[in-house]
Amino acid sequence: MNLDRKTAHRIFIDGVWINNPIAITGLGLCSALAVTGRVKYALTMSAGVMFVNLLSSVAVSVIRKKIEPRVRMAVYTLIIAVLVICFDRFLKAFYPLISGELGPYVGLIITNCVIFGRAEVFASKNSPLLSAIDALGHSTGYAMALIFVSVVRELFASGTIFGYNMFSPAFKPWVVMEMSPGAFLVLAVYIWIVRFIQNVTERKQA
Amino acid sequence: MKLWIIFFASILTNNIVLTYFLGICPFLAMTAQISTAAGMGFAVTFVMTMTCAIIWPINHFLLAPFNAQYLQLIVYILVIAVLVQVVELVIDRYYPILYARMGVFLSLITVNCAILGVALFMTLRNYGYIESIVFSTGSGIGWMIAAIAMAGARAKLRFSNIPEPLKGMGISLVIAAILSMGFMGFAGWINLR
Repeated sequence: MNLDRKTAHRIFIDGVWINNPIAITGLGLCSALAVTGRVKYALTMSAGVMFVNLLSSVAVSVIRKKIEPRVRMAVYTLIIAVLVICFDRFLKAFYPLISGELGPYVGLIITNCVIFGRAEVFASKNSPLLSAIDALGHSTGYAMALIFVSVVRELFASGTIFGYNMFSPAFKPWVVMEMSPGAFLVLAVYIWIVRFIQNVTERKQA
Repeated sequence: MKLWIIFFASILTNNIVLTYFLGICPFLAMTAQISTAAGMGFAVTFVMTMTCAIIWPINHFLLAPFNAQYLQLIVYILVIAVLVQVVELVIDRYYPILYARMGVFLSLITVNCAILGVALFMTLRNYGYIESIVFSTGSGIGWMIAAIAMAGARAKLRFSNIPEPLKGMGISLVIAAILSMGFMGFAGWINLR
């Protein structure tokens, strides 16, 4: 199969920027809000979503001609559930602390609409290689949002990033950032920034 | 006493959508009108309670004796998918009026992460049977209250002047932030731990 560079690039950028899962299409919001209290949680979650998204897109794309259309949702759900269980077991075995702190949110990757959306919209119609690129692009876009929100929240909630101090000891932590209103507000600001930049670039092109 | 604590905590201080961020997608998508929000809220409460009532015995009498808890996720998601289908059929057959009001929402609920989330929370916290049912009903009512409040606030915003990039999702998230600050006011009144 030959794949020219331009198509691959276009598909990748579509996920990272043009149709950024969180800022533009509004998918995968639950986890973006819930696991962004610390940067390391956000990174773990992004890794999990990337793993599941990549493999499920490839799997769906490989068997796309054999799936009966009426049961396709159930098939996608099963594929995703198996992959999520793999990731959940992996975390429990090697990083029990992070797994304990993330609680049910690792299991909730199953209902993450980013992964479902990719399987339904892209992988069910395209070849495995293209689906893999598409999944990578969208997971990168998702990770971008999580990392932005978690860096801002951790910085102001405890004055640290990755546990390293960023401010002088006199810094008073903003408790609100640690709690739910902070998550909602920072995510709103992220969406605002991304859409603003896109509006400006669109106007320039027009 | 403990049951009342679980019930009110899951509605107010540990609200499923404003503290645990579960079920955000329908919370933002279905709250354009108060009537839609209320309909979805009823459907969520109903399915949530049914799910927990069925999943608890499955987990305790089928998975736990065989040490097969790693299958929890896959079993839960299947039970939820099947349950929603069955509930839809039953309501359509016996309560057509209710179905006309609730039907659209029911099929949307399978992908609602709040349902799976409540099931997972109840397993993690080792609730007993009655406790999990009270917890799931409370969470459903909490979702409904938050959604109705959200719909009310959004109705007022319809004619206000919002910056272009913040329209839609952005401003909804800002409202959610303010709402969750309101719910934080209950913190300390009761505590779920």
